[in-house]
This record gives sequence, structure tokens and C-alpha cells, in this order.
Amino acid sequence: MSTPTYNVIGTRPVRHDGADKVTGRALYGADLQLARMVHGAILRSPHAHARILRIDTAKAEALPGVFAVVTAADFPPAPADKLVDFGEGETPLSSLRGNILASGKVLYSGHAVAAVAAVNAHVAAEAAALIEVDYEPLPCVLTAPEAMAPGAPILHDHLPNGNIAETVHYEMGDLAAGFAQASLIVERELDTATVHQGYIEPQNATAFWNTDGRIQIWCSTQGSFVARDATAAVLDLPVSHVKVTPMEIGGGFGGKINVYLEPVAALLSKKAGRPVKLVMSRRDVFTGTGPTPGSRVRVKIGVNPEGKITAAQAWLAYEAGAYPGAMVVPGAMTVFACYDIENILIEGYDVVVNKPSTAAYRAPGAPNSALATETVLDEIAEKLGLDPLTLRLRNAAREGTRRADGPRYKRIGCVEVLEAMQASPHYNAPLPGPHCGRGVAIGFWFNVGLPSSATLSVNADGTVNLIEGSTDIGGSRASLAMQAAEVLGLRAEDIHPTIVDTDSVGYTGVTGGSRTTFATGLAVHDAAQLVVEQMKARAARLWAVDQVAFANGVFSSNGHSLSFADLAAQLGSTGGPVSCSATVNPKGVGGSFAGLIVDLHVDPETGKTTVLRVTSVQDAGKAIHPSYVEGQMQGGTAQGLGWALNEEYFMDAAGDMRNGSYLDYRMPTALDLPMIETIIVEVPNPGHPFGVRGVGEANIVPPLPAVANALYRATGKRLNRVPMNPATILGL
Amino acid sequence: MKAFDYAAPASLPEAVGLLASQPAARLLAGGTDLLVQLRSGRKQADVVIDVKKIPELNEITLAADHSLTIGAAVPCYRLTDHPAVQAHYPALTEVASWIGGTQIQGRASLGGNLCNAAPSADSIPLLIALSASAHIAGPAGRRSVPVEAFCTAPGRNQLTPGELLVSIHIPAPPPRSGAAYLRFIPRNEMDIAVVGAGASLTLANGVIAAARLALSSVAPTPLFVPAAGDSLLGQAPTPAALEAAAQLAQAAASPISDMRGSAAYRRHLCAVMARRALELALSRAQENQ
Ligand SMILES: Cc1cc2nc3c(=O)[nH]c(=O)nc-3n(C[C@H](O)[C@H](O)[C@H](O)COP(=O)(O)OP(=O)(O)OC[C@H]3O[C@@H](n4cnc5c(N)ncnc54)[C@H](O)[C@@H]3O)c2cc1C
Repeated sequence: MSTPTYNVIGTRPVRHDGADKVTGRALYGADLQLARMVHGAILRSPHAHARILRIDTAKAEALPGVFAVVTAADFPPAPADKLVDFGEGETPLSSLRGNILASGKVLYSGHAVAAVAAVNAHVAAEAAALIEVDYEPLPCVLTAPEAMAPGAPILHDHLPNGNIAETVHYEMGDLAAGFAQASLIVERELDTATVHQGYIEPQNATAFWNTDGRIQIWCSTQGSFVARDATAAVLDLPVSHVKVTPMEIGGGFGGKINVYLEPVAALLSKKAGRPVKLVMSRRDVFTGTGPTPGSRVRVKIGVNPEGKITAAQAWLAYEAGAYPGAMVVPGAMTVFACYDIENILIEGYDVVVNKPSTAAYRAPGAPNSALATETVLDEIAEKLGLDPLTLRLRNAAREGTRRADGPRYKRIGCVEVLEAMQASPHYNAPLPGPHCGRGVAIGFWFNVGLPSSATLSVNADGTVNLIEGSTDIGGSRASLAMQAAEVLGLRAEDIHPTIVDTDSVGYTGVTGGSRTTFATGLAVHDAAQLVVEQMKARAARLWAVDQVAFANGVFSSNGHSLSFADLAAQLGSTGGPVSCSATVNPKGVGGSFAGLIVDLHVDPETGKTTVLRVTSVQDAGKAIHPSYVEGQMQGGTAQGLGWALNEEYFMDAAGDMRNGSYLDYRMPTALDLPMIETIIVEVPNPGHPFGVRGVGEANIVPPLPAVANALYRATGKRLNRVPMNPATILGL
Repeated sequence: MKAFDYAAPASLPEAVGLLASQPAARLLAGGTDLLVQLRSGRKQADVVIDVKKIPELNEITLAADHSLTIGAAVPCYRLTDHPAVQAHYPALTEVASWIGGTQIQGRASLGGNLCNAAPSADSIPLLIALSASAHIAGPAGRRSVPVEAFCTAPGRNQLTPGELLVSIHIPAPPPRSGAAYLRFIPRNEMDIAVVGAGASLTLANGVIAAARLALSSVAPTPLFVPAAGDSLLGQAPTPAALEAAAQLAQAAASPISDMRGSAAYRRHLCAVMARRALELALSRAQENQ
């Protein structure tokens, strides 16, 4: 396949929202001020597990300046067993509501119990403290292995299997025969702690429940339509009664897909008759939103003397938090996804525990399972005396490789990523000195499709307005505008992207699943092609010809020619304005492989790790805006390194998080990481007109095992728990 | 956070008078501890008295003999930007540059760091090592206490109702002396010391003539370990001597386990950080020919 040449794609224009963001003018949810708006506060459970015996809101309601107090009793009546589905499978309405405002029991410390709206945030907080709740504390259980053990405290009576909410089982080939062929078998079990996405902007929501029964919501969300649908479901309303306006978003990484505040703000607004704004504190974010699961994963891999994997087995237990839905399924789907293996058995368990209900976090579930697979492979490479990348290349997944969960890969870039790692300057450079180690690992993550919509309207000055519904977290305004510009033969800056509310654009799925540049990009591409067709028809009318060609921004026929801008100026006289919309529900998703090389130094006396050099390699299919691809790779790597080295929910025995602030949560700062080098590999995705693969997530998969492997080389120790912090490194 | 009254006296007598009439008032220097504590609900205040407008609390005085008096409200950046302080007290400049980031250093004071009396306070072990004293004013007049006696429990200090800290005084460093403070944090900034160690050391005739060592984050208050310093007196500054002193520091520590580190890990770090602080103090003393 010859490589197409592009005018705009692959260049690095200034992002459309750049000026607003660097000057502080961009409007985030907490900036919003509405006439007559009041402020909310949420009362949260101090217990990790307790029965709610009584809630008395009288004193809070009596406090001057208080407009409304709500509890779970304020949800509109709905059948107890009602199921809701907004695209990701059916969920009981009771669980959805239960996590938003507890009823009956609280299931984690931080669980929302009641909410107040008052004249300002201080009065609201004071009122929340006046709400009396009588609890009957119950024993709590905080880890998956403990929750699976006989006699563990049970969170939900309705689950048939104790605290195990779901099991997953994938099997392929003949495991016993595969292990029988192996000359070397390595088995390891590794734990990871609960970690948070760590977005800078806390969740917020402002809601106004109008007297006509319609609700308007302004919030920080990865998916305005998902926020709309979930809010409508929780409040048992038709979706058309809810309009969500997405504000600018200060990070999400999967954590801003679920709704926490939106329905509460709406209920408060209904009672108060005013718009109500809720903004979380950092501690609320840690204890009241969705971190990613802690996990225990055991992996056993057998190889023959040439290093070909003959069999692989995995056992995974992930902590769902308070409600079912840990990311054990994708953890199981990805545990061996980088390799071509005939004989596989994978068993996974989704286990509820008394911690916040988990949510998506960048390639959710995959880093946990890759940690085990990739460290076992490192040990195998060492024992076979093979270069760890060579071992991986001998087993790498290719086009046609079947994954244990069923699908066969189309064209993928696993081999190309490994080859790029092997050829990189970093991999071929010596380590700087003693107590240093180099680790490598690779990882896979899916892209999802899901619907997306876009509208393009041509302005008389030759520019084009792009209306879309994908909240822009990582530069998607630019990457979408560039795809429109490429089709229309314009410059990126000629396209003006605007992200609008749910009443103003067609349905658009979340900014998540590494899908936006791919799927919304496809909608933009298709809408742009419709614009070209309509513009051609105008030129044909103008010139009285049948056929008009369009190339490089110029319409031509029979010696006539007009630039896009010149034709745009004549739309008024040739039939009026042109605007075109497209809604897509694409199937041709790619999937992306990523690799990491990391060098680090360990202080043998303190156990402190210094990250010396890092190179992230990823298959982008086609990098629309290379800077934002690199930004994704660097961001995912930074998060993965923090997860590997220091981050964790530090829980006391009663299930209370003791480090719910950025002071003690220990995410890496700019001073803790070197510049992260990037190598973009481009193996085009045949399912997208420009070959795009989503790049938002796969990059966070390799850092955990790459760090573990580097630490082993630096210290001679294979640690079995992440975070591999200084104390663990010294065994203290 | 509840609403509170605010006062900003312009002189020390006015401040002492105000404090006498409002013994429960909270004093505010840079506010980088106090405001955080008020906002999180860890402390309450009906009245806040801002001490930043009192001239005596805002002065840095480097005397001819190089003894140093630091007003209790002087923000860290004025220490780090002060060429003479930099020249004579490199360790102090370092500590002032480690407390928070640039924004915090624009407000945070050593007086606040001392009065807040956190076991982890970064400046206190160094102030102890430098033999600093706290100058106090109150209804009964003025008094002075050695810094090692100032903190009494986590978040509690020597001050009695109506008293405030006026300044911190550091006696002139002897010739051929050096000081250092080192802290262990898993990240490189924006973290609270898991263990910190402050040391000072004076050489005379090839042996150690004076030495002081103090630790942070390993006891209910910043911990002065006289035995560690005393063990070095009259000794040649050998690695073995420093290591032995560091072991004594470790033995004196009584750390707890929390989210920042286990007791065992902290105990281990005591010896490492104490030895490294002594080594750095020694190299500075050797440079001060
Ligand atoms: C982001 C951040 C990072 C930080 N990093 C560090 C760090 O690295 N190391 C470290 O040690 N600390 C750190 N701190 C804590 C804090 O900044 C320091 O303790 C600082 O020195 C406090 O000084 P201040 O002037 O702001 O004190 P304030 O907050 O004004 O006061 C602190 C306490 O002392 C009392 N007080 C103040 N002045 C007087 C007086 N004259 N007499 C009697 N009592 C008085 C106050 O009532 C209060 O209880 C950090 C804080 C923040 C917010």
C-alpha cells in the first residue's frame, strides 16, 4: 500500500482552544455563575460499611440560608427491580442510584448520604454537618482476596455468589498439553493498589430544574450524552427532558464518564427552585468518585527452548469497589493480547469491596494484568538468556492472531512497535552507572466505535464552522478540525470547532475508549465529503457543467476553477448556505500497541527511585496531530510511572483513606520525571479513511511492568506489589 | 470555614494588648498552615490576628558578628534572596527554598513553621542544630527559649495564652563550622519529610569541637539528640565516628507508622539521613577555613 500524502494531517497547527486555555479564559464548570444560583454540599459517610438507621435533616433545613436538603428518599418512585441501559449493558437502577445517594446501607467511607443547597458553600457545609445520621457500623472488607474468602462481610444481599459479582472465563487450545511441551515454566502473582486517575479539575455540576419539568445541566464530563442519559435514568425521566452543556474539562482519563453530582444538583434544584452548583473538594474526588481497581493477578507461562510460548494461564481478581463492575473483563481480554499463543486459560473475578465504586481509568484493567504477564516474560527472557524484546518478537501477535476472548486481529502494529523499540537510540545506549536498571514492556488496548455526529457549515468568508459533541480533553478540537480541513482542502485554522450541548448536535458517545479522533473524526470526514459534493453541485450550476473536480482546495471543470473560499463567497447566489451533518456508528476500530523503555536508578540506602530516561513507543495508525499523539503517550506514561512507583489509596483498617490529598497521594510532579521521549509508529488502521488508531490509552499499559523489570535489573529483587515505593524496595 | 473577625495590629504592644483581650485568637503569619487548617475544619477561629504588619516581626538582622535575627513573620523568599544570609547560612537558605514551592515561599515564614510545631517541620531540626532560640513577647514581658524546648507536642508549643513569637535568633556560627539539613521524600518536591535530619559541626585542631543533631518526623516533636552530637566531641571526623553518631540518633527516635512511611522504614532512614547530614555539615565546616 502506497503512503498517501496529506496537506494538513501530520502537521502541528496551534490548537483552537489554546489561547483561551493559556490565558485562563476557558470556562470550566466551577467558573459558572447563573442568576439566583445557590451552592450545594454533600454529606458523606464516615464508615466503610454501615446500616443507615435514621437520617434527620430538620436542623439543616432550619439553618438560615438553606434552600433544600435531599436524601435518597427524594428520588422519584421507580420499580425496585428496574434495569437501565445506556449502551454499556443493563444496570439495576437501584445500584446506579445507590452510589449517588446511599439508601439502606453505606458501602464505603465517602459514600454520599445527603445533600444541601444554601446561599453559599460555607452555609451549605455547615448545614450538611447538622444532618443527623445514625449508623450501625458493620465489619468491612477492603481487598479482593479477603472479600472472596469464606466468612467475609457481605456487601450486597442480592448477589448470588457472596462478594463475587461476575466471573469471566476464556479458554483456547489445550492448556495441559501446552505446559507439557514447555521446557521452562514461570509463575508469579502480583498485587496492585487502588489508584486514582488524578485529573486536576474536581467533578462539578450545576443544574436547573425548570418549572416546565425540563432540566438543564452544566458539568465536567467526558460524555455529555452519557451524562444526559444517566441523569435521566436516575431521575426516571425521558432523555429529552434533560439537556447537558459540557463545560471545558480539566482531565478525566475515564473517571468523568459516570455521573455523581448531576442528579443530586437536579434534585436540589427542584426543591430550591433555583440553579444549584455542586463542586467536589479533592478529598471528595478521592473518596466519592471512581478510582481504578486494586487487583491480584497470577500468571503462569511455559516456553520451549527457542522461547516460543507453549501455554499461558491467568487468574485475576479485581476489586470492583462498592458496586459490581470492576474492569476484570478487559483485564482478562488483554492479559495475553500481545502474543500469539495456542493454549490459554484465563479466569477472572469481579469482587465487591468496601471502597469507592471503581470507574474507568485509561485502558482500564489492562495495566494490572500486563504487570503480571510482562514481568513473567522478563524472567523467562533472563532465564533463557534472550534479549527481552527478541523473546517478545518471537511470540508477537500479528494479523490473523486469535485472542483468547475470540476475535482475530486485522492489521496491527505489535511487531512494528517491538522493532521500533529495539532500534531506538535509547535501547542501544549504555546505562549510566551502578544501581541502575533498564526495563521494557509492551501492552495492548482496544479502540471502541460508538456513535458520533458532526455538522459543518460553510461561511461566506471561506471558513467552516464545525459543530461537535465530543468534549475536548486532549486536543480533539484540533485533530477533528484537521480531518475536516484535509477533506476540504483548507488550513486547520479555517475550521472553527465548537463543542455544543446535547440539544444542538446529534448523538455522540463519550470521549473515551480511544475513540474520538477515530469515530468523531469519521463523522467529520463524512460530513466534509457531503460538503464537497454540495459545493461541487454549486460550481456545476455556476458554470453550467455536469462534472466538477475537487483537489487541493480548488474546484475545477472545463477550464473554470474556483478556490473553496471563492466558491463559498458565491453560495448566497447559487442557492443559499451549505451545511452538512453526518452521524456514524463505525465498526472498523483498530486497537493500539504500545511499548516502554525505562531506565532508573535506585538509592540503595533509601530505596528512592529516580527515573533517568523513558521512551514511549506507540502505533498511532496515522498521527493526525503528532504533538497531541506525543502528548497522549507522555501523559499515559507519566501516569503509569506514578502508579508503578508511589501512588496508592492508603486505607486504614476501618476503610478510611488516609492520604486523600495531593500532598500525600504522591503523584509524580514535573520534578520527578525526565522528558519522556516518544516514537510514533504508523501502521494504518484499514477501518479509517486516514488510518487512525486511537492513542489515548495503550500507553499506560507498559509502565507498571517496565518499572518492575527495571527495578529488578537495578536491585536484583522481583517485587510482587505495586506501588514499588522506596519502603517496599528495601523490604521495610 | 466559618466567618471570623480579622485584626492587623501595627505594633508589638498593640498585638500583645489585643492578644491579652482575645486569648483564643489565632495568629496569622503567612497563613500557609493556618488557612489550610481552617479550611479543612481542623482548626476553628473566631478572631484572626495578622502579625505581618508588626515591623519587628518583619526584619532580618545580620549582626557584625554574623549572628542572625529573623522576624517571626519574614517570608522564606526573603531569606533565600538575601545574599549575606546565603553566604553565612547556606543550610538555612536551602531549607527556606524547600518549604513549599515559589508561591508558598512568598508567604510562609520560619516563625510559622516553628509555631505550627509539626513533627515534620523542615526548619526546626536545622534551627536546633544551629543553637537557635525563640524570642517571645507576652503580657509578662519578653523571654527566650532554646528552639529544642519550644515544641511540646504535635501542633503544640511553649507559648502561654497572650504570648507570641517575635523572632528567631541564631548565634554567630563559630569559625570552621558547617550545618546541613536533609530530608527524605519519595518525590523530589511537594512532600512532607518521611525523616529529616539537621546537623551542625565545628572543627578545631583536626577534631570535632562541637556538634548538634536533630531529627524531624520521628517523634511527637522535632527531636534534639544531644547524645549524637556529644559522641563526636574530641573525635576525628572519620566515617566511623559519623556513623556511630547517626546510630545514636536512630536509637533515640520513636517513629510511628502512617501513610508516609512505616515505623521500621523511618527508623532505617534515621541513621541514613543523620549520617548524610553530618557528612554535608562536615564538608561545609572543612570549606570554612
Ligand atoms: C503547598 C504547601 C507546601 C508546604 N511545604 C512545606 C514543606 O516543604 N516543609 C514544611 O516544613 N512545611 C511546609 N508547608 C507548611 C507551611 O508552609 C510551613 O509550616 C510554613 O513555614 C508556615 O508558615 P506561615 O507563615 O505560613 O504560618 P501560619 O500558617 O501563618 O502559621 C502557622 C501557625 O503558627 C501560628 N503563628 C504564626 N505566627 C505566629 C507568631 N508570631 N507567634 C505565635 N504563633 C504564630 C499560627 O497561629 C499557626 O498556628 C507547606 C504548606 C503548603 C500549603
